[in-house]
Amino acid sequence: MTRAFSGRDADELTLDRLAREELGTDDVRIHPETLELQAQVAERHANPQLAANFRRAAELAMVPEDEVMAMYEALRPHRSSAAELAALAATLDGYPAPLCAALVREAAEVYARRSLLR
Amino acid sequence: MSDHRVGRIRFMDQQRVNLDGFAHEDIGLGLVALHSPHDPEPSLVVTDGIVVEMDGRAAGDFDSLDSLIANHGIDVSVAEEAMALADVALARMFVDPAVPRDEVVRLVAGTTPAKLAQVVALLRPPELTMAMTKLRARRTPSNQAHVTNLLDDPLLLAADAATAAAYGFRELETTVPVLADAPSNAVAVTVGAAVASAGILVQCSVEEAMELEMGMRGLVSYAETVSLYGTESVFVDGDDTPYSKALLAAGYASRGVKMRVTSGAGAEVLMGGAESCSMLYLESRCVSLARAMGSQGVQNGGIDGASVAGAVPRGVRAMMAENVMVMARNLEACTGNDALMSESDVRRTSRTLPMLLAGTDFVCSGFGSVQRYDNMFGPSQWNAEDIDDWLAMQRDWGVDGGLRTADPDEVGRLRRRAAEACRDVYRWLGLADFTDEHVELAIDATGSKDLGNPDPMVVLGAAQAIRSSGLGSLQVARALQECGYDVEAGRVLAMLTARVHGDHLQTAAIFDEQMRVMSLVTDPNDYAGPGTGYEPDARRQAEIDGIRQARGVEDLRVDQAQWRTDDLKVVGPAAQGSDPREVVIGLSPGVGRSVWRTLSGLPVIDVLRELLAGLEEEGATARVVRVNSTLDLGLVGLTAARLSGSGIGIGLQGKGTALIHRRDLPPLANLELYSMAPIVTATLYRLLGSNAGRHAKGATPVPARNPYTDEAIEARYHTSVISLVALERACVDRAMGVEDIEVRR
Repeated sequence: MTRAFSGRDADELTLDRLAREELGTDDVRIHPETLELQAQVAERHANPQLAANFRRAAELAMVPEDEVMAMYEALRPHRSSAAELAALAATLDGYPAPLCAALVREAAEVYARRSLLR
Repeated sequence: MSDHRVGRIRFMDQQRVNLDGFAHEDIGLGLVALHSPHDPEPSLVVTDGIVVEMDGRAAGDFDSLDSLIANHGIDVSVAEEAMALADVALARMFVDPAVPRDEVVRLVAGTTPAKLAQVVALLRPPELTMAMTKLRARRTPSNQAHVTNLLDDPLLLAADAATAAAYGFRELETTVPVLADAPSNAVAVTVGAAVASAGILVQCSVEEAMELEMGMRGLVSYAETVSLYGTESVFVDGDDTPYSKALLAAGYASRGVKMRVTSGAGAEVLMGGAESCSMLYLESRCVSLARAMGSQGVQNGGIDGASVAGAVPRGVRAMMAENVMVMARNLEACTGNDALMSESDVRRTSRTLPMLLAGTDFVCSGFGSVQRYDNMFGPSQWNAEDIDDWLAMQRDWGVDGGLRTADPDEVGRLRRRAAEACRDVYRWLGLADFTDEHVELAIDATGSKDLGNPDPMVVLGAAQAIRSSGLGSLQVARALQECGYDVEAGRVLAMLTARVHGDHLQTAAIFDEQMRVMSLVTDPNDYAGPGTGYEPDARRQAEIDGIRQARGVEDLRVDQAQWRTDDLKVVGPAAQGSDPREVVIGLSPGVGRSVWRTLSGLPVIDVLRELLAGLEEEGATARVVRVNSTLDLGLVGLTAARLSGSGIGIGLQGKGTALIHRRDLPPLANLELYSMAPIVTATLYRLLGSNAGRHAKGATPVPARNPYTDEAIEARYHTSVISLVALERACVDRAMGVEDIEVRR
């Protein structure tokens, strides 16, 4: 069984329920556990990097849309200071999203060396 | 250069290929395909599992691309083995069918960008084709279409999306001339795709942040406009870094949206930031980066820079080598053939053909399924006018280029349903009202120029309403259901359900029409030489073979029967003539039975009347007979000549080939012959008749020139000829004598 973000069984995503207006956005949103399972599949198919991406995605699955978009914006060149990226990493740690936090910390280090900070 | 070039050169200058730009190699500008002296020598130093030097650069000097690749993209457990292999040894493994794909993938995971670039640069074109056949991720090839129009007209987008899906495209990519229209385009294409098929992936290509927003809100099912560049300076000019892109990749996956990145030769040259490196090396950095950041696939092979790559020596080869690098890095390859790289039909076919033959995950990363003028990505390498060519090429080579023939009536039905469903959905959601007239125009339109001048504010208003209300595909499914489109509602819901399962996030995933995921995981490429790998199954082969233009004998029999007439009547057995003015016209066995019309379109009866009129002009008496024993025109003519009082006869085959014969000549000789039946005119037949009359009375005939054309007349008529001959042969009766035929005047 695959469950949606809401916890609903994916097999329950039927036209009948759609007609009764029982389905909401979180019923058609992927669950972090599913992304972890997909990560394991990617690993078995010789792509650990894809697996790592799915694991970062599993963390972001818990983060609201607007915040994901804001994080992306913060990582664009010359958008953030070192302190702002450190704060972002700390926020991510709090979700918890340690893999994404590590990516942000790595970016911060590279941006400092390459003059890509604000 | 002299001022005056001779006519032959002036003529060549006018050919379409000379509209293309061709550049001298210029290393300083990065105008070089496979090798630059500034490309680094491959190197890799790993200490305690950490890359401390890559391609001649120490870790302290890594730019942001190097850092992401070195930290995430190199499998250090095989790096030593892979980097130690001679380039040529690894290159041979790409081609050798005895080396499994998995082994190539395992080793390439340990190679640096410079190493992989040097390896694929060794592959010659047929070797690249072999490598592609073996290394692509998915066993079954597929194709992607652009569906856009100048007006962002939703009804036309829906009808064109349905049409593209009917022709077999499994991914539809739309974009906008007006950025704010994007959400409306996404909805319209989603509706149209759902009308034609289950499982169509839909994308709306716009600026990164807006595309992410649409993906997260469920308006599109995949994303592709995640651009990578081969140098840091160009990356930053594009307002991104490898790290922002890596986060973007995770953002898409976090909402169950399939994503691939886009790169390709020439982009850095166009942006003036190639840093004197070859296009292939810079692209190798992009492909390494794609793997390192965890993208499942890459759209590359020129793309926006295709004409830059195409302008330099070996540029087309370099674009194909880019695609092979993607495959070798175990990623989905969406292989260019997207931006138009030449005005020449020959050059653009030459550029695409190897990929069509090899098969790729998406042979075109954007076949323009619409009119060139409606393609808001710019004209594609292949466009609406080329769909039948593509189908014919698939059939010629017996390969699967992802397309299929759509029944013309079915295309009409689907366009109607798509335009109506889109209208109903927009009305139900309160987005816009469209008139019946607009629906009818969209159904029949070849492109947006056929729509008149719809109000552009309607689309903009709809798009703003979608965006501000946060409307997503779930509401689109609900609207379809409320408007009575249950099947389509089910298909949109199924695509949303697929997001919950996430199986389509795996490498090279598409859905078949039963919503089964086909990917590296579920449909892995198992090519290992002749007799292995992908082969279309019987159903698919029938789709490839069954183009709508194909004709058989039975089709021709029906066509011919429409021209049946009572103006030819059998009188009885033919006797030897004695009148010295008599000329006999001999007909082949099928005439008056199953053959009624010549290849030129003239009915046989009309041809006969011209011949008779020509004979009459010269005072000859004419008799018409049918020779039943042979379909050989020489013998038909000779038989007529031998029956004729003058010794002159005319032979006429049902297909229109005609000659003048004389009783003392050998069968294969003749006095005059019209061999080009498809282009013989009534006037020429009359001339043949009068010349036969002149021969009969010993006068000098007027020279008749065989008509000439430089068109592929044989290609056009040979299938009809074969069928006509089959009809005639069925009428041959060797025991039956020659019959006199009466022609009603």
